[in-house]
Amino acid sequence: MSSSGVPPIAPRELGLDERFGRLEIGFWLLAVAAFFALPGYLVLASQVLIAGLFALSLDLILGYAGIVSLGHAAFFGVGAYVAGLLSVRGHGEALSGLLAAAAAAGAVGFCTSFLIVGGHGLTRLMVTLAVGLSLHEAANQASSITGGSDGLSGMETSDLFGLFAFDMLGKTAYLYVLAVCFASFLLVRRAVHSPFGLSLRGIRENERRMHAIGAPVRRRLIEVYTLAAALAGVAGALSAQTTEFVGIEALGFDRSAGALVMLVLGGAGRAYGAFVGSCLFMLLQTIFADIHPAYWQFWMGCAVMLIAFFARGGILGYASAVFERLAIVRRGRAAPRPGT
Amino acid sequence: MIAKFGSSWLSVWLLLLGAVLSSCRSSDAGKTEAEPASGPSSAPAATSDAIKVGLIVPFSGPFASLGAQIEGGVKAYLDTHGGAIDGRKVELLVRDTTGLAPDVAKRLAQGLIVRDQVDFIAGFALTPNAMAVAPLATEAKKPMVIMNAATSSITTKSPYVVRVSLTLPQVTAPLATWALKNGIRNVYSLVSDYAPGADAEAQFKKTFEAGGGKVVAADKVPVNNPDFAPFIQRIKDAKPEAVFVFVPAGTQGIAFMKAARERGLTEAGIRIIATGDLTEDQQIDPMGDSALGVVTTHHYSAAHASPENEAFKAAFAKVAGTQLRPNFMAVGGYDGMAAIAAVVHRLGPGKIDGDKAIEAFKGLELSSPRGPIRIDPETRDVIQTVYVRKVEKRGDNYYNVEFEEYPAQKDPGK
Amino acid sequence: MASFFGIVFDGVAYGSLLFLISIGLSVTMGLMNIVNLAHGAFAMFGGYLSVWLGARGVPFLATLPVCFVALGLAGAACERLFYQRLRRRSQLDQVLFTIGFTFAAVAAATFVWGPAEQRVDLPAALRGQVQLFGVGLGAYRLFLIALVAVLSAGLVALVEKTTFGARVRAAVDDEHVSAGLGIPVERVFCLTFAFGSGLAGLGGALCIDVLGLEPTFALKYLVYFLLVVSVGGAGSLAGTAVASIVLGLFDVAGKYYVPEVGAFIIYGLMIVLLLVFPAGLYGRRT
Repeated sequence: MSSSGVPPIAPRELGLDERFGRLEIGFWLLAVAAFFALPGYLVLASQVLIAGLFALSLDLILGYAGIVSLGHAAFFGVGAYVAGLLSVRGHGEALSGLLAAAAAAGAVGFCTSFLIVGGHGLTRLMVTLAVGLSLHEAANQASSITGGSDGLSGMETSDLFGLFAFDMLGKTAYLYVLAVCFASFLLVRRAVHSPFGLSLRGIRENERRMHAIGAPVRRRLIEVYTLAAALAGVAGALSAQTTEFVGIEALGFDRSAGALVMLVLGGAGRAYGAFVGSCLFMLLQTIFADIHPAYWQFWMGCAVMLIAFFARGGILGYASAVFERLAIVRRGRAAPRPGT
Repeated sequence: MIAKFGSSWLSVWLLLLGAVLSSCRSSDAGKTEAEPASGPSSAPAATSDAIKVGLIVPFSGPFASLGAQIEGGVKAYLDTHGGAIDGRKVELLVRDTTGLAPDVAKRLAQGLIVRDQVDFIAGFALTPNAMAVAPLATEAKKPMVIMNAATSSITTKSPYVVRVSLTLPQVTAPLATWALKNGIRNVYSLVSDYAPGADAEAQFKKTFEAGGGKVVAADKVPVNNPDFAPFIQRIKDAKPEAVFVFVPAGTQGIAFMKAARERGLTEAGIRIIATGDLTEDQQIDPMGDSALGVVTTHHYSAAHASPENEAFKAAFAKVAGTQLRPNFMAVGGYDGMAAIAAVVHRLGPGKIDGDKAIEAFKGLELSSPRGPIRIDPETRDVIQTVYVRKVEKRGDNYYNVEFEEYPAQKDPGK
Repeated sequence: MASFFGIVFDGVAYGSLLFLISIGLSVTMGLMNIVNLAHGAFAMFGGYLSVWLGARGVPFLATLPVCFVALGLAGAACERLFYQRLRRRSQLDQVLFTIGFTFAAVAAATFVWGPAEQRVDLPAALRGQVQLFGVGLGAYRLFLIALVAVLSAGLVALVEKTTFGARVRAAVDDEHVSAGLGIPVERVFCLTFAFGSGLAGLGGALCIDVLGLEPTFALKYLVYFLLVVSVGGAGSLAGTAVASIVLGLFDVAGKYYVPEVGAFIIYGLMIVLLLVFPAGLYGRRT
């Protein structure tokens, strides 16, 4: 097990597509079923998906390239503000807002990637934190544009395709978010299962060796960082468009740390870890908050501690280990006994 | 292939599904918190149509004390009125925003309106949360009662927003007036670097300079600044007659006062004048002697001498214990609930209609623990007396003692 | 000139405070390679213990050694129960566990003591100002600086001159060889962690007057401590000391001379220092 806690490359993983095919379909079907089964909870479900998408963008750099970042919310925020500002100035069309947000966040990611790609470990973590905090402060200062700490209000997301309104019940919003998440997920899958993705995992496992075999390490890292930033921007834009408000906390440290916790909880470096983690975290939060609004954090902390202690590699890591053990047992039963 | 994966995966998904469904059921059942009828049952048997009030405040995170205060104030009111209005039981549905989280606040409000069918949404300790929920109030035609957030523009975001707390310009302007009246001609301004700080600085400067005073310099302190020493030093270097301070209510105020004490600001002949956030009741005791003599303006002091205030403080102690001294946020909760009760009473029995409720709020007058208040019919904002207070020690504790007042102040920010 | 001296003094005092709490984190992160984000929670509990004792009439200075010992014991217990196993796990798992611990700690503190800030009564000798070279210096800050100087000297002596210190250095350099030489590595690490936690508790108690104590203390200042450790180099005593003084000075001087730049000074400084010294000022490349 590598020191970063994500799964090493195993030959089986190359066949990831077929192996998890049915479970993947099951996951997305479940998400669609939620639309019909839980009509009163669609806003929560949307926010779970958005958090999951954001955690997925973090997974790209953390789980696949090994860059731990505590400032990833900077790109979420950039995306949110771009979508927000477009909407406030009259361009409330959702999809173009998304694209603009992705482009802007990707650009910011590209510019800041140069600070990140050179470093390692704790140092790099603190640099990402500093970048995130700086952007947060910049948004606070530029209050005439961003609304500062009061936030950007007056957003109105236009009807999707001119037909479906973003209403209070959150139905349009949920399907919109679901569609965008699915599309993003397909994109990430493509990237991860390509030579690009393999080189990323190589960098994560042993950067020096990658240098030695002539892989363009620096360029790869910049590329993945930009992609992750663009994806985070998409998540931010989704959040802004469905909430019709952008608060400065979109750039905040809490959001970055939250995504990190969700991702590690679900299992980093595994395609669905982000969504499982966000689902679990927000579900637990809602359940505990129902029990006692003031002290839910205590039970949340205990739950997180338990999972961290007993489930190596998060929930999916644990599930994967359990499955592997079952497979070994079955293989053992099927194999011929010695001496017969 | 499913069989090969074994039951472990399936069970994971089933578990998730089960958790989701069970949380739906449990939330419908467990969320409502009915108030016990504590006084003698003089009210007639509760009619079936209860009044549902959703309370959206932070209970965890850095703003946890705000939620505790507001909820305490609301419960104090309900406790003294048997938990009912005209025989209709009040169901208080409490939700935690966890702090600055406008998307969470909007989600909680949406849940309260759509699933729980509340009649009023109330609370809102923080401005961004209120701003995010305002369009929802318009869409759902639900009265939204602001019990704390103090930014001027909130009431303009929706015709269904009513405020019973305060606005920052409303309490800042009289301070400038008072300073001018007392011969203070030049002032150094020190505010926290976020939107309310900018609003306070702007309002103070506007009123002060219109009256012939001069703001010699204006510094902005980062929010959550741990050490005020360099700022105190800058103020001492400039040698103004007074320093106007605005920091968010709570730990920042204590940090400022401690640094001022250590670096001898008052000994250098510089008076400290501020909005009441600096010396708010919950945090004034930890400041100790360093706060003595500081002049502030605000709309509520725990030392306000009135029978309403004594009753309020007693009720608060009963529901929230004596660990917390009620401050202006608790009064916001108390008066918000009182306003809701007055409106329900005026509308009479039957389902609460949002438009009629807003009309009933307009012009409403209440005898608050802070003094008399009125809801402005044009802006739906609060009109109230702003008091000038000085910090004094009474026994072992410190209080803001009122010595002057400016009655019927409107929000100058609109 | 007098104000410059005052600013330098304030910066050094602020840096001393950062050092007090960060040194424990540097010890655990650098020497034991554990990402312990719960360090802030240990400091917070040290502070609450001091307040609790103070409310029962124990004088402030007497609470300090109690906090050190109590949190040291708590640290030892946590090390035996959790951190021993976490040491072999991935850094991400450590981060997750310690964040969960901090969440629970913050909520527990809110439950027991409430969300409001705590009151601490300093002894009269430490309040007020002391006149030195015509400048009024805060007595409490002078006390902090003096304490940090004594503590640093003690730590250096401990690490360089004692057998325990030698064992710690050996265990850090190469765990397996040290174990092979008969050094009780597990016990050494347990004691080291306990010591680091004790320092955190002591620092927390000392911080109350300057930084204020309320439940979110555990998280609020964590960024500062991490910053000091990463800039100074985890595991290095000198590095932590230099980094905390430098950061304290720049923060205070920046706010005094160019307050318009405000928070950006620290962030800019962070990025510059970390890019120029990727292993920290005195760090070792792991």
